[in-house]
Amino acid sequence: MEGRDVNIINHEVGKAFIPVLIHLKKEKEAGELSGVIITSAKKSFLAGGDLDYLYETQDAAGIFKFIEKQKEIFRALETLAVPVVAGMNGSALGSGFELALACNHRILLKGSKTVVGLPEVNMGLLPGVGGVIRLMWLLGIEKALKILTKGERYKPEDALAVGLVDELANDYNSMIDKAHAWIKANPNPVRPWDHKGYKIPGGTPHDSKVAQMVAAATAMMTRKTRNLYPAPHAILNTLVEGSTLDFDTALRVESRYFTQLLLGREARNMTKAFWYDLNSIRAGKSRPKGIGKFRPRKIGVIGAGMMGSGIAYVASMSGLEVVLKDVSKSVAERGKSYSKQQMNKQVGRGRMSEENKKMVLDRIKPTETAADFEGCDLVIEAVFESRSLKAAVTKEAEQYIDEYSIFASNTSTLPITGLAKASVRPENFVGLHFFSPVDKMKLVEIIIGEQTSDETLARAFDFVKMIRKFPIVVNDGRGFYTSRVFGTYILEGAALLEEGHLPIMIENAGLNAGMPVGPLAVSDEVSMSLSLDIETQAEQDLGAAYVARPGLSVFEKMVKELKRPGKAKGVGYYEYPANAKKHLWSGLTEHFPPSDNQLSMEEMMERLMFVQALETVRCMEEKVITSVADANIGSIFGWGFAPFKGGTLQYINDYGLAEFVAKAKEMAARFGTRFEPPKLLMDMAEAGESFE
Amino acid sequence: MNEAYIYDAIRTPRGRGKKSGSLHEVKPIDLLTTVLHALRDRNQLDTKEVDDVVVGCVTPVGEQGADIAKTALLYAGWDDSVPGTQINRFCASGLEAVNIAAMKIRSGWEDLVVAGGVESMSRVPMGSDGGAMATDPAVSAAVGFVPQGIGADLIATIEGFTRDAVDNYALQSQQRAHHAQSNGYFDKSIIPVTDQNGLMILEKDEHLRPDTTLETLSGLSPAFQMIGEFGFDAVALQKYPTIERVQHVHTPGNSSGIVDGATVVLIGNKEKGEALGLKPRARIVSVAATSSEPTIMLQGPAPAARKALQKAGMTAKDIDLWEMNEAFASPVLKFQRELDIPDDVLNVNGGAISLGHPLGATGAMLLGTVLDELERRNLNTALITLCVGGGMGVATIIERV
Repeated sequence: MEGRDVNIINHEVGKAFIPVLIHLKKEKEAGELSGVIITSAKKSFLAGGDLDYLYETQDAAGIFKFIEKQKEIFRALETLAVPVVAGMNGSALGSGFELALACNHRILLKGSKTVVGLPEVNMGLLPGVGGVIRLMWLLGIEKALKILTKGERYKPEDALAVGLVDELANDYNSMIDKAHAWIKANPNPVRPWDHKGYKIPGGTPHDSKVAQMVAAATAMMTRKTRNLYPAPHAILNTLVEGSTLDFDTALRVESRYFTQLLLGREARNMTKAFWYDLNSIRAGKSRPKGIGKFRPRKIGVIGAGMMGSGIAYVASMSGLEVVLKDVSKSVAERGKSYSKQQMNKQVGRGRMSEENKKMVLDRIKPTETAADFEGCDLVIEAVFESRSLKAAVTKEAEQYIDEYSIFASNTSTLPITGLAKASVRPENFVGLHFFSPVDKMKLVEIIIGEQTSDETLARAFDFVKMIRKFPIVVNDGRGFYTSRVFGTYILEGAALLEEGHLPIMIENAGLNAGMPVGPLAVSDEVSMSLSLDIETQAEQDLGAAYVARPGLSVFEKMVKELKRPGKAKGVGYYEYPANAKKHLWSGLTEHFPPSDNQLSMEEMMERLMFVQALETVRCMEEKVITSVADANIGSIFGWGFAPFKGGTLQYINDYGLAEFVAKAKEMAARFGTRFEPPKLLMDMAEAGESFE
Repeated sequence: MNEAYIYDAIRTPRGRGKKSGSLHEVKPIDLLTTVLHALRDRNQLDTKEVDDVVVGCVTPVGEQGADIAKTALLYAGWDDSVPGTQINRFCASGLEAVNIAAMKIRSGWEDLVVAGGVESMSRVPMGSDGGAMATDPAVSAAVGFVPQGIGADLIATIEGFTRDAVDNYALQSQQRAHHAQSNGYFDKSIIPVTDQNGLMILEKDEHLRPDTTLETLSGLSPAFQMIGEFGFDAVALQKYPTIERVQHVHTPGNSSGIVDGATVVLIGNKEKGEALGLKPRARIVSVAATSSEPTIMLQGPAPAARKALQKAGMTAKDIDLWEMNEAFASPVLKFQRELDIPDDVLNVNGGAISLGHPLGATGAMLLGTVLDELERRNLNTALITLCVGGGMGVATIIERV
């Protein structure tokens, strides 16, 4: 396709494909065709569907027709009655991989960046061009369900192991040779489902074992997702219904579920976040333009605790040399051993070689000497959240790095401009807020201090991308973006408790709204004494401008009076028995007596979500955050804001700006000024705009 | 008004519903045929006088499929003019068959109807009919389907019934059933099952465990904990968000037994009874079917009982004996609490925990055993009710004449 880096499945490809198919049929009839090899002239085999078209349209009949047309082409291809081999010379995802599934045989060219898979579920969709049905026929319901609902991308070796591809090739020529060989050996291939009497591997729900697996899978989905995500359910339904139908009818059932998902709000929200917003971040929308790409080779990490060890690990995994410093060499060594433990797990699962592990470990140099930072392109401090300590390590490290290097502070709360005062080069000073555990959490919040230069920001951005994380860019401010907005969630939980709502209802409201953890449970995780410290600091810094939010007195009572600060101390909102699951502390209802006026589940859910969405708008208004994509992605990957809502700002789009404003006003009247809609939002609602 | 009278009620003994159970070798058609033969012979019934035969069966597939009622009538040699239909109201199918028969009589459109039920759970296992509620993921996710045991455990959690409380109830069921069996209370209505040579296969209910103690009961593992933790607890709690965790207290020992058996009840109006020389034993006062929240599922009996009482112009105090099917201990305790029923008039001869629950037959069997007990104690009124899949409840009030 001209004008595109990658080929995709769209209306255009359909038009191009049909004449080719007609031609192939003629050749076949004339006895001049012995086989077909499909490969790509681009770097990737085939990227996927035409999301731009699919995102825009709301026409059920149009979508159904579009998807059925694609299926017809794929079906014509696999019923040519000559061998058709997918020579996959690069990545194939989504409907790109579905094309490969419609070939008789799949050969994948090995490549370090090559991935294949069906990730549609991550955008709230299902593979609609026969992917669900064909995978079921090839691998059985259970395996197909797992692959389709996980939506993972598979490296070549893994793809072969799970049965997504049939062969691997080391280079392009051998791929083509293998394809020719297969064509010669299989002159008249018939797809399994076109064989009379062929059965789906593992059986259908007509077998009681499969029926039980299906019932269990349904319940498990509810346990995991509270039925907030329609796509996994639609995938299961398609598999179950499709398994007892003939192939062509089953394909049509798949199209109907696909159409339903695509028209749903969840897919729209998830496509916005996980396609458009993430692409915007990957494309560097928040990175200053016109500055050359930063290619660090060596970095320094100060502090070998949880965060420092994690940063060292991910940096080394990305090929960087890492100097890991702590007060003594033995502490630094211990930090390095974190990498070893993580990689041992990978090696144990066969996902990493011993050789590779050794290389990663060799790149990490534990030390107690700041002089070892000599030659580092970037030094990140990840010491305890203390201004004086951070100032001291900044000064120490800066002695050994030059003006071409940058210094980053990993902090979740301390304003960067203040910390930069300790630096001799405040323009080279930036905040890098990592999340714990570093190797699992995909987000890094880049904080720009008053004096941080564009070049430093660009470099920080490139570094974050290099270690395969999502960079969002925020301006300096109390709690930056993520901690600030997340704080409203736990405070609102506390406020609900204070008003006398049942603790378990508050928790379920959070979970039913799509948050990964209830507000009380997550307060325990964070520790209420820490939350209280942050507030105390804010009060000191802000003086008369400080306004205490409802809920804070609950933290005070829990920490000071009841001595139950959270999980770290073993007591909080929850009890943490040694050999059993945690459960809510029975004393909560005594100290926060249930009121006679219980809010409905729906009302509590909205309160917990509105506070976050509104605080995000305030961050936009105050220019703490400037990009919608950064706000949405930051909320999902930073603190787990309901992914099916597409992030805090997409939540408002989804609600409808005018409706959201009206609701917020109503809530402000009932529950307090924190629900007052900011001017920016009211203006946008007035103008009929949304957060795009 | 045409009164619907009960002229006879008989049943097979209940065999343990597994391979080692005595009735496993007996086909369901033969269980049903056994009671049809007996009903005809005991009452010297000219079968062409029967207007219809309504048979409950919950798993009507395989050898229980294709209208087992009509099949059994043909096989039993009843007159060709007798029609038969199989119905399914899950666990209350047998009682529903009685209620439909009563409605047929009271409407005046039919004069003599046989109601009954059959279930060979050892040969056609529960669930072998599939069904969208449990096996279609689109449906089960939308309606919040959970296996019944989860609902029972949830009731216990909400009502605060401890493991001890449900085990004590189970022990009482065993003791009462053993007492009733030892004293021959069941004998007059049980039709022994024999083979084609007349050789005895099963004479008495065999599911009872008279040696049950609280210790043996308390040693059993919760039956629904694993599937609960796997996901069904979460499904149930979606509807009960004020509950933090389901307490799993039900075990095979305090849940109904899986058994095989069949039953029939002869119901007709006054004139037909007189013409055939039959003696009415009781009249059916009122019937009710209703439904309640489907996920907890087992709370239908109280509203069903209230509905039947209201139709009859009665209150709970007017009922002498109660039968609430012992699907699990907790729905019975919950029902007892809701209607404030004294211990000594509820399930007086045990129930499904001790005797077993042959799904399609149980309701009609309960009607027969409580009628026998009213006569033995010389009491007048009884209310029979069962909890039912989907949240339904069915109830019937009878009164001796």
